[in-house]
Amino acid sequence: MSAVAVQISGLTKAFGTNHVLRGIDLELFKGEVTVLMGANGAGKSTLVKVICGVHAADQGEIRLHGRVIKSSSPSDAIASGIVTVHQNINDGVIPDLDVASNLMLDELAKPSGGFFLKRNKIHADAEKLAQSIGLNVDVTIPVQELALADRQLVAIARAMAHEPELLILDEPTSSLSSIEADRLFELLDRLRDKGVAILYISHRTSDIQRMADRIVAMRDGEIVGTFTEKPLDYNAAVNSMLGQSMADAHLDIKQQGAPVLQVENLQIRENAPKISFTVGEDEVVAITGLVGAGKSKLAAILYGLEKPVSGSMTLKGAPFAPKSARHAIDTGVFMCAKDRGTNGVLQDHNLTKNITAPFLARYSTFSFLNKRAEDAKTRKTINDLSIVCQTEHDDIGTLSGGNQQKIMVGRWLSEPSTLLILDEPFQGVDIKARRDIGEKIRETAKGRATIVMASEMDEVMEIADRIIVLSDADIVGEHMNQDLNLKKIISEVAGMGTKSDTQKQANG
Amino acid sequence: MQDTPITNQAVKPKKTFTDMAIRYGFLLLMAGLLVFFSVASEGFLSPYSAVFIFQSVAITGILALGVTFTLVVDGFDLSIGSTATSALMLSAYVMVVLEMGAVAAVVACLVMGALIGLVNGILIVKMKVPDLLATLGMMFLLIGLQRIPTEGRSIATGMKLPGGETANGTFSPEFLWLGRHRFDFFIDNLIPVSVVILIVVAVLVWVFLELTRHGRLMYAIGSNQRAASLAGTNVNRYKIVAYMMSGMLASIGGILLAARLGRGDIASGNNLLLDSVAAALIGFAVLGVAKPNAFGTAIGALFVGILLQGLTMMNAPYYTQDFVKGAVLVIALVFTFVLTGRRGGSNH
Repeated sequence: MSAVAVQISGLTKAFGTNHVLRGIDLELFKGEVTVLMGANGAGKSTLVKVICGVHAADQGEIRLHGRVIKSSSPSDAIASGIVTVHQNINDGVIPDLDVASNLMLDELAKPSGGFFLKRNKIHADAEKLAQSIGLNVDVTIPVQELALADRQLVAIARAMAHEPELLILDEPTSSLSSIEADRLFELLDRLRDKGVAILYISHRTSDIQRMADRIVAMRDGEIVGTFTEKPLDYNAAVNSMLGQSMADAHLDIKQQGAPVLQVENLQIRENAPKISFTVGEDEVVAITGLVGAGKSKLAAILYGLEKPVSGSMTLKGAPFAPKSARHAIDTGVFMCAKDRGTNGVLQDHNLTKNITAPFLARYSTFSFLNKRAEDAKTRKTINDLSIVCQTEHDDIGTLSGGNQQKIMVGRWLSEPSTLLILDEPFQGVDIKARRDIGEKIRETAKGRATIVMASEMDEVMEIADRIIVLSDADIVGEHMNQDLNLKKIISEVAGMGTKSDTQKQANG
Repeated sequence: MQDTPITNQAVKPKKTFTDMAIRYGFLLLMAGLLVFFSVASEGFLSPYSAVFIFQSVAITGILALGVTFTLVVDGFDLSIGSTATSALMLSAYVMVVLEMGAVAAVVACLVMGALIGLVNGILIVKMKVPDLLATLGMMFLLIGLQRIPTEGRSIATGMKLPGGETANGTFSPEFLWLGRHRFDFFIDNLIPVSVVILIVVAVLVWVFLELTRHGRLMYAIGSNQRAASLAGTNVNRYKIVAYMMSGMLASIGGILLAARLGRGDIASGNNLLLDSVAAALIGFAVLGVAKPNAFGTAIGALFVGILLQGLTMMNAPYYTQDFVKGAVLVIALVFTFVLTGRRGGSNH
């Protein structure tokens, strides 16, 4: 066991009457990746925010190499050697600036930095930094032209410019595909070898199995389990964070019913191959593929947000060419969009207003809203999906991430649909919430066709009757979710011939 | 919710002092002001003084309700003041130069207001010009435009027209009635028409924003435009409608101003923009909702009116008025954003 880098003792934090952290004792070691697991609302994010100086702790202390640090702001924390890369990639980079400026941003922001820019020096320094951590990108192009994974790597590289003692990563892979994530892991391996202590927060099984040297489970604001013995007992960690054991999801694979959506010779984008597929009544079809494979584009076409290059679609036999989201909804095609923060949640609105937003016409006479009917529907959704809240009039911002996601999914389950599309419905939720959501989607699937877009194999296998693999806007595989040949699927996902199929193994 | 391990602390949050202060602080402050002025200044507490306050805020209140619409959809309308003065000039022009009646003048102004809103909306929604810049441009455009037909002069009966002839039309009595008539209410000749219009408009806007689905969707757009659009809302249409509402309400304000003045005075209405924007923003703080709302806007306008009337009756010099308004606005904004922001607290 190597030296202790960070020692946290007796840390508490409350917001009003809400005690989020109830005495955290935690040690982080040099050159070790500690994975922090916890259900949504367990207090992980708050703990991170306290460590990185966003919130002040009520009690307790944080020691870095034995020295007590008191950070009153994120820049304080950075100065003392604690650097955090947040979940939202764009929080870590400035998209309009080039890679070099992004990497050197903190340097530029220093008061001692001089008035004029030294372009060549910035580029040279950035180049050196990028090379030192094995980041191979052209430092002169704007960050917004990079792929998501590269942006994430830039954000981390920028963090590394401070030569941190402790690097905190909050769900760094949540918008990356598994191949992209592998590049991130390689980088983290190198950092670990350099002796950096890493605190890694994730819900993804595959991430945890790949990276963890140690797992710490958190529940209700307390550390409830530390797992150090190799091989790490992932299931025990999950049980400990949930306070109950989690059985494997059990699926009753259904055969495809009468065709609901038929897609013929559809070209998702310019010069893409023509694809055809059918989704039947009662079945749940998962469409999987890398980020950029065309999943979201396909969802946008089905929901009327974009036009296909060519091809046709029918819905229950009738020609289907939605012109707008409204048109799609009125024809019975619903879509629960990915990235709830950007595309779904109405901030500062209560739960009822969030749930009924697409269906207000059904809750109003002569445009006047029947608020009682709305509330009743919301209470039903809250019950059906076991959403933790006080009343249907809670502001959605007071809910934990997993419960917000349940509200988003619940919104589209609250009315019957002909075709329901869910784009990454499990994004950033813990395993318990994921199972709740998945079960509810399958339970209600009768009578409609359901498409789930997901890039994580675990999620796909938990939800689907049938799996369609998309690669570079083309359908490259189709499987019933029984006796799956995982290696084959993964090589299809990767567009064949990539090395990743040996690394990634799925686990329910 | 069974035995889920996820906690969101299912205890009812205590109504703390801060909560109460945020919610009712502004109303209490207003009540306090009323008491203070009643004691400190004789004659403040009389029906006529009350009516005077209402009348002084009627026009800015109506304009402020228009701005509220644009604030609700997360926009802003800087052109309301100049829309109102354009309506003032247009109504005078229609009656005095074109020698038409009151109905034609009112209709022309409302159409103009709707058109201005439409153009604002299209600039913002279709051409993607940022709202502040689009409506700022419109403001300059209107200030210039309203001077062109009369070569920069005010409009009154008997004035010389650019062509050389004299304008013989007059403000029609029906039109002037809008600005000068007072309804009997327990006391003869008490309530001016403009106050009645303010109250009617305020109630209608409140009903629209709070009780109808269109109002709900406008708030949804203001919260998260992309989410609202993915929930099937025609975002562009609602935004354009909001700017048209704003333009039309500003026109109504201009009509009332013209009817009160009885001439097309080029120099009047300078304070309209500032006062009405202030009222709408002060409205954020009323009841601590931290968002634009009709009730708050009306109270905000009234608050400024009471303050100024009280100070006037206590012989505060007129030139301190703008300072007082500015101070109230800044305090209200602090109220809204600091206190309500702090209350947010836990977000995990």
